[in-house]
Amino acid sequence: MHVLRTIGALTGREILKFVRDRSRVLGAVAQPLALWVLLGLGFQGTFRPPAGMEVEGGYVAFLFPGILALVLLFTAIFSTISVVDERTSGFLQAVMVAPTSRTALVLGNALGGTVLATGQALLFLLALPLLGVRPTLEGMALVAGICVLTGIGFTALGFAIAWRMDTTRGFHAVMNLVLLPLWFLSGAMFPVEGAAPMLRALVWANPVSYAVSGLRHGLYTGTEAATLAGPVVCLLVTTAFAALMLALAVWQVRQPFFRT
Amino acid sequence: MADPAVDIQGVTHRYGEHTALRDVSLRVEAGRLYGLLGPNGSGKTTLFRILSTLMPPTDGTARVFGTDTTLDPVAVRQALGVVFQEAALDGGLTVRENLRFQGALYRLRGAALQDRIDELLARFDVAERADDPVEELSGGLRRRVDLARGLLHRPRLLLLDEPTTGLDPAARRSFWRALRRLQEAEGTTLLMATHLMDEAERCDRVGILSEGALVADGSPATLKGKLGEETLWLDADEPRALRDRIEAQFGVSTRLVGARVQVAPPDPPTFLASLYEAFGEYIQSATIRTPTLEDVFMVHAGTSPEAPRGRVLARGGSPDESS
Repeated sequence: MHVLRTIGALTGREILKFVRDRSRVLGAVAQPLALWVLLGLGFQGTFRPPAGMEVEGGYVAFLFPGILALVLLFTAIFSTISVVDERTSGFLQAVMVAPTSRTALVLGNALGGTVLATGQALLFLLALPLLGVRPTLEGMALVAGICVLTGIGFTALGFAIAWRMDTTRGFHAVMNLVLLPLWFLSGAMFPVEGAAPMLRALVWANPVSYAVSGLRHGLYTGTEAATLAGPVVCLLVTTAFAALMLALAVWQVRQPFFRT
Repeated sequence: MADPAVDIQGVTHRYGEHTALRDVSLRVEAGRLYGLLGPNGSGKTTLFRILSTLMPPTDGTARVFGTDTTLDPVAVRQALGVVFQEAALDGGLTVRENLRFQGALYRLRGAALQDRIDELLARFDVAERADDPVEELSGGLRRRVDLARGLLHRPRLLLLDEPTTGLDPAARRSFWRALRRLQEAEGTTLLMATHLMDEAERCDRVGILSEGALVADGSPATLKGKLGEETLWLDADEPRALRDRIEAQFGVSTRLVGARVQVAPPDPPTFLASLYEAFGEYIQSATIRTPTLEDVFMVHAGTSPEAPRGRVLARGGSPDESS
């Protein structure tokens, strides 16, 4: 019971902070939107869809699930950036000296970031009618599931990294090193079938690829093109990644607070 | 009830090669205000981290109301409130939202939490700002809100780590008024780290930390009393040479305290006259006064408490003075 209240309080705080910060709301929507429009329209004429992909809308439609994944990754990870400062000088120290569980601290932060990431990704689905896509109910459920799981996985990863960082600058540097390659190599920008063999192996090994594939399944029901595996496998891999990252973050936060 | 609020026994702490605390033992009786005095880097913050269960000591034990901080940290956290050097508040949330969040961490809820928040905000004169975001408050107000945050769950012991740093004198005075009201109303034991002498002067008992060791421990009056009654304090360009001359010629007891010479003759005013006759050209200024806590600090720590950690200028008294 007490654990739930701690989680609830931390989640509520994340959401309140986000809503009050208008620039963050705007940036979180505008950046992926711009990337989608610019990349999508840029490659629209030259893109060759993989065999079996019957979606209308060409590259703009192909790229769309990848943009959803990008929204998830960035919102989730960067919701944890405040952890860097709050751990060393203030807010989170008050949580650390309170008689509440460390696991709840991780879960509350992860859940807050997940709600934000999922909310924004779902907001992006408003663009679906523009693409002429009408997903099924099961498809939407799959999309929502992937969003929540990816959100948890990446807030937890962000939390685990932020907990070790002394400056937000360092956090940014590590994140750019991790986040963009994960996205580039997820099959979000190009169909994996057409890629060079070495690249293909990297895509297969990348957990984000299964999130992107899962989103593709959900949005374009029935098309197997440009996906790595079936919907069930995609869900399983994404779940396993989320669980692993949560475990990493919990382990991290249970270490003595100051290095000795 | 016999358990002291804080009981530290032989605590040593090392960060890698660096030893931050050396065999520190100290007790704080319940209901008292204890001041931990020391320059930056003397080990105050390390001691606070151990007491607030954020890390276990390398060696020794720390108990809060009889409970070991390493063996049962959750019980210690329930008894403990902490006010850190920087306010542990979320600037984007309002005062009330911050306190509600804190309440959730301590299982407070409903009307009881609401009443407690109102009570503390009224006591610390921040009630009318309750619905303003914390980032819009002045440093002094923010400090008082942070004090309310640390006290929300009625802790029996409150740790304060240099809580008045960065406050102007007026804000500092009202922070101290708030502490007074707290002690009257709830009898909370306070353990405060500070490097300000006037703050240490108000404590029931003072401990001086120097380079990780507790070099003095006692009430301000006792500690000052050990340096004698009214004595003569001399400023000089070459205090060491002056001391040697005085000792050679007059045979009175003298002591080098930082860059000053303390002389304790039977009749200071008369002695001062003969001293000026003999060594007037070596003396920049002379004062007859009772010892201050700063003198105590200089004797034990060999450096001014406000100075950054530096070389030890002199070491006078023996480091075993506990009373």
